[in-house]
Amino acid sequence: MSSFGHAGLLVRRSVIRTLRQPANLVFSFIFPLLLLAVSAGGLTATTKLPNFPTNSYLTFALAVPFIQGALFSANSAGTNFAEDIESGFLSRLSLTPLSRSALLTGQLAGVVALGLLQAVVFLAVGLAAGAGFAAGIGGLPVLLALSVLITLGFGTLGALVAIRTGSGEAVQGMFPLFFVLLFLSSTSLPRDLMSVDWFRTVATYNPVSYLIEAVRSLLITGWDGKALALGFGFAAAIAVAGVYLCSRALRNRMVRT
Amino acid sequence: MNRRFRSVALAVAARSIHNVFTNPALILPSVVFPLFFFAAFAGGLARVGDIPGFDYDPGYTAFQFAFVLIQSSAFGGVFTGFGIARDFEMGFGRRLLLAAPQRPAILVGYLIAAFVRAAFTMLVVTVVALAAGAELNAGGIDLFGLYGLAVLVNLAAALWAGGVALRVRSIQGGPLMQVPVFLLLFLAPVYVPLDLLTGWIHAVATVNPFTALLAAARDLIDGDAGTLGVAVAISAGLVALFGVWALRSLRRAEAAGG
Repeated sequence: MSSFGHAGLLVRRSVIRTLRQPANLVFSFIFPLLLLAVSAGGLTATTKLPNFPTNSYLTFALAVPFIQGALFSANSAGTNFAEDIESGFLSRLSLTPLSRSALLTGQLAGVVALGLLQAVVFLAVGLAAGAGFAAGIGGLPVLLALSVLITLGFGTLGALVAIRTGSGEAVQGMFPLFFVLLFLSSTSLPRDLMSVDWFRTVATYNPVSYLIEAVRSLLITGWDGKALALGFGFAAAIAVAGVYLCSRALRNRMVRT
Repeated sequence: MNRRFRSVALAVAARSIHNVFTNPALILPSVVFPLFFFAAFAGGLARVGDIPGFDYDPGYTAFQFAFVLIQSSAFGGVFTGFGIARDFEMGFGRRLLLAAPQRPAILVGYLIAAFVRAAFTMLVVTVVALAAGAELNAGGIDLFGLYGLAVLVNLAAALWAGGVALRVRSIQGGPLMQVPVFLLLFLAPVYVPLDLLTGWIHAVATVNPFTALLAAARDLIDGDAGTLGVAVAISAGLVALFGVWALRSLRRAEAAGG
């Protein structure tokens, strides 16, 4: 069997394994939608603030589940990887001729599939609830591509923690840190409407702000080249750095194995 | 309370408190999460205080301090439920049931631990809120009412989570303890007063018991104890209801042999 064939088997295993775990689906889909419902209901009045970019807080907040979903996917990717390390499956794989990149791709395929599914569901639910999508049908592939790239980026970070620690508990422990990154960004208000200086500064240096703003630009503005370039740029940078670091960590782990 | 009851309750409480305060993985989340919510809401959403119709004299930082205080007290109770579940999962709960002559004392011990844990978190949250510029118009009696209310919430949440833990007797029951409390808290007027909510969330918040608790806490911070009676009645009702629930769960754990 060729390398592609080997990687294909791992991709299939990863996708099936990710999508057939009810806990993955509940936390990846229900929780972000629940938080969307709460914030969209509770913060509707903020659209009355001068210079708020839209009169629908639902449309404004709809960008957040895309990122939250990616964070849950990171957790899922890391946990799956850690399980394979703890059970010895990764050690057995390391004895096969499979390359590290194929191994990594195969392991992350499940969360990428989950990310794609999440994006479709979040957009469909948002639109059904009355949110706008200014970019229109042409923006759909862009939104899906961005969502997949963000999921891949966070997925590699989850996998990195799993490879370096070999512990599912450590992956779970990393999850609150991701949530801090999400909440200390432009999740709830645009950065230019934040009145507390330290918070605005933190949100400005937080790459998650740019991921949210890129998704949000497609929903509210339509086509904002700068927001999209920053969003894709940060997502790609996280994914590339994550893949590189995972690959190195995997090599070290295999040497130790 | 006789001597044997007291000695069991205090021993269980001392063990739980020791476990929590000597293990950073147990104490840090219950302290860090409320602070993090406080930073995210009071910092990131400060402009919400400028919305037309938002009329709260102490300001938005104090408005969010009330929420975070009630939230931290509730989660102090929920996290104690995690500890009970862990004890029963490891088999320690079974040994406790065998050793205690009066088993409700075990529950009381865990409740004391929940109170100590929440009191510590509330102290940290208060210090940080004051340092962040929260303006409290409350007098001494208002503050007593505010923290008393938070303690009742802590007690109700601990009894709820303890009841779940004694029935499930596994840490797998964690989401069942946590999610309903989380939902009740976030389906109350977290970001803006009830009057500024619209649509379905206004309808839900109106019948949510946490709304009255939150409103009373915010009024107390503003020096107004007018709504405290209703809030105390609701929280005392929750304590009674979940007290029965927890005792019945204890009976079930006994019947199952721990």
